[in-house]
Amino acid sequence: MKNDRIRKLLQTALPPVKADAAPSRDLWPAMQQRLRAQPTAQTNLNGAWLIGVWLDGVLAVGLVAFAAFLPASIPLLLYCL
Amino acid sequence: MRNEAGDLLNHFRQGNPEAFESLFHQHQRAVYGWILRITRNPEAAEELTIESFWRIHQAHMRFDPAQGFEGWARRIATRAALDWLRANRRHRELPLELCAKLPTPEQPDPAITAEIRAKVVLAFTRLPLNLRIAATLALVEQLPQKEVAAALGISVAAVKLRLFRARRLLRKELERQGITP
Repeated sequence: MKNDRIRKLLQTALPPVKADAAPSRDLWPAMQQRLRAQPTAQTNLNGAWLIGVWLDGVLAVGLVAFAAFLPASIPLLLYCL
Repeated sequence: MRNEAGDLLNHFRQGNPEAFESLFHQHQRAVYGWILRITRNPEAAEELTIESFWRIHQAHMRFDPAQGFEGWARRIATRAALDWLRANRRHRELPLELCAKLPTPEQPDPAITAEIRAKVVLAFTRLPLNLRIAATLALVEQLPQKEVAAALGISVAAVKLRLFRARRLLRKELERQGITP
């Protein structure tokens, strides 16, 4: 009962969207524009990927160095993995 | 007919631009409507429809034609809408004027005053985002919980839990504002 009241209040304050709601214009031209800009986005993506790989490498080297100086920490590191 | 649709999906998976264009024209309205339900902002929904299809285009190789296009597109659109809501905190607030502009099937109940509606909207915008999305789709839009779960990438039990928490928080917030739901 209380749940119904909450639902009714919500539906009055935020009426459901019509099932046949449509965009105000054909979005295909804008989509084509976005696709043409894709190479730039791809380059950015590659840049982000390279940074990620580089950081992963630094982290791995750091962990190996840490394990070499403190061999007792190896079981803990393995547990965390 | 079914083979044609299957061929289209296979061509899309292989990166065929004509297949992508065809799928765009077939599904842009459904994707737009879905995003509008989540964001309740027509301008943002148009931009996010393009963003979603761009993500769909980028992920074509991960698409499984056996699973169908609509559900997959809906999951991607949901993620795009959530990203937008997270990044644009100010748009999380839903002014009554914006709600009034939405294409809705019926007029609001006149017995519930504008003041109460404003308080309900305020309480709703204060919900955590994951609860708000579940409540929008399942309580406001009355979509089946199974459909909501598939779009959010969670189980039906998790949807039920989110709805339970959303109702409890809404009730508390409304009571704090002097409304007894």
